[in-house]
Amino acid sequence: MERRRSFPDLLAGGVFVLIGGAFAVGSLSYEMGTPLRMGPGYFPLVVGGIVAALGLGIIVKGLIAGEDITFGTIPWRAIAVIVLAVVFFGFTVRRLGFVPTSAVTALLTTFASPRVRPLMAVAIAAGLTMASTLIFVVGLQLRIPLFGPWLPF
Amino acid sequence: MELLDNLALGFSTALLIQNILYCFVGVLLGTAVGVLPGIGPTATVAMLLPITFSFEPVTALIMLAGIYYGAQYGGSTTAILINLPGESSAAVTALDGHEMARQGRAGPALAAAAIGSFIAGTVATVVLAVAAPPLASIALEFGPADYFSLVLFGLIVSIALARGAPLKALAMIALGVAFGTVGQDIYTGTPRFVFDQRELYGGIDFVSVAVGMFGVAEILRNLENDQTRTAIVSKVKNLWPTREDRRRIVGPIARGTGLGAALGVLPGGGHVLASFTSYAVEKRISKRRKEFGHGAIEGVAGPESANNAAAQTSFIPLLTLGLPAHPVMALMIGAFIVHGITPGPNVITDEPALFWGLIASMWIGNALLLLLNLPLIGIWVRMLRIPYEVLFPMIMLFAAIGTYSLGFNAFDVYAIVFFGILGYILIKCGCEPAPLLLGFVLGPLLEENLRRALIISRGDATVFLTRPISAALLALAAVALALTVLPAIRKRREVVFAEDE
Repeated sequence: MERRRSFPDLLAGGVFVLIGGAFAVGSLSYEMGTPLRMGPGYFPLVVGGIVAALGLGIIVKGLIAGEDITFGTIPWRAIAVIVLAVVFFGFTVRRLGFVPTSAVTALLTTFASPRVRPLMAVAIAAGLTMASTLIFVVGLQLRIPLFGPWLPF
Repeated sequence: MELLDNLALGFSTALLIQNILYCFVGVLLGTAVGVLPGIGPTATVAMLLPITFSFEPVTALIMLAGIYYGAQYGGSTTAILINLPGESSAAVTALDGHEMARQGRAGPALAAAAIGSFIAGTVATVVLAVAAPPLASIALEFGPADYFSLVLFGLIVSIALARGAPLKALAMIALGVAFGTVGQDIYTGTPRFVFDQRELYGGIDFVSVAVGMFGVAEILRNLENDQTRTAIVSKVKNLWPTREDRRRIVGPIARGTGLGAALGVLPGGGHVLASFTSYAVEKRISKRRKEFGHGAIEGVAGPESANNAAAQTSFIPLLTLGLPAHPVMALMIGAFIVHGITPGPNVITDEPALFWGLIASMWIGNALLLLLNLPLIGIWVRMLRIPYEVLFPMIMLFAAIGTYSLGFNAFDVYAIVFFGILGYILIKCGCEPAPLLLGFVLGPLLEENLRRALIISRGDATVFLTRPISAALLALAAVALALTVLPAIRKRREVVFAEDE
């Protein structure tokens, strides 16, 4: 068989080894117990080990006979903007209240796509804020204050 | 007849005005997300789940179920009209359906899909009503060891059916199980992997995992190639199929229904497999084999019936064993638990009104879908013109609001970013997100039953092999695993899923 190295395979394998390993190592600090009476650490250790082992398997396979996947471009801008928008929402919804938080989150999110013009972005944000306020707060009676303690009114 | 009594009870529940209303809302939303590419039923159910917490349990489940099977209808509309399957199971419908649309026969194609789906949905609901009670009574005999083996079997079979490399699917399941261990240990109360965050004591919320893996990751993928999605949608006219068409779709609908009802029970991608199998069967037995791929109405009616039948019967493992066959079913488990009901064989005896009400609502839902999809097709066609620039901020905002309202906890919101990015990386590397979610939901069940079985047997691990049900399930799981990994069968499997892009 032709040797082909596959970057996606190596990356996926690496992620599995990393997270699986972290679970396995982390579980060592909990009580193991015996197979008869398993402690809290037993099951996560085994599962973490399995994840890491499968990850290693994927890496090995990726080195000798990797899957042919085109990785494609990475939308750095979209990733950054969406992370920012969601973290902003989580952090401020209690402090600023539902309406301002939704408006800013929606506005921020539109910047994920370079094709949205500023005027369009504002229109989308305004429309979405109104729609979500009507649906979630008015319609579904979600218990979030419309305007929070950070605002003077 | 006991069945008739039960159905009468079901209909008296499902026909309550609020239940009809939410059934309608569910199938309406389901059709909408099925039509709109870029958002699927899993992300939708995950986002709306927190809202349903305040509903009556049966109303909540009726609505969530409606979203799931409604999406199967909607997915076919986009597949036929713009060659863009809204749901993976509609991919095969696009082959002949879109070809028919290009020949100006979009109307009959849509009608064949809707009628096939309706008949299949109705028949499969009967199958569900008949098959569920006996299965549930068998499941009541299950001990912890049997449950452990059953869950393991379900997880293994789900990778056998999923597409993509089996090794990666296995790793995704295991990773899901690992994330499932976060939170307080069930037996000792020891907090595990919580990093001193009080919010993590109850575990990671599965809604955050689902919204991240299916919602956020999908948006990032869609924002990769920045092209305008121009949908050239032709006018749909002459909806009613000709006499010739009607004659030609009878057989495919009947066969598709049977296939779908049988395959839908399997964990994993039962409905996807069902539509592909149905297409293959119709092509093989047809006298007009050459027409397939060039607008054969059989190639629309068969697979559409199959995937809709499968969508209904995939409720069987959920309602009888508490085992989800699809990520949406995994979310439905969450809906059951939130309302204090443990999904599984006891539901049918403890909550008969809920169980039969849900089944009866599927009939009502299917009838509503037929009305929604045939006369109102123009509205859905117009919805396709909504630009993605409006759609993705909406999905993101609703995702944030939805996960926040789970417990008014910012942590659940941050979690969607974590799982969104993790999911995005892994999906880009050729890993499917569905196994991770199934592993995440079933992981705690796996651990609980493993430990309980070993405590009961006083640490004797052979209990998994000496109990006949458990031993049989483990043997089946081993066979399924062997089949997935064996190269010859893998090749066939790749052929089946090759067109599913």
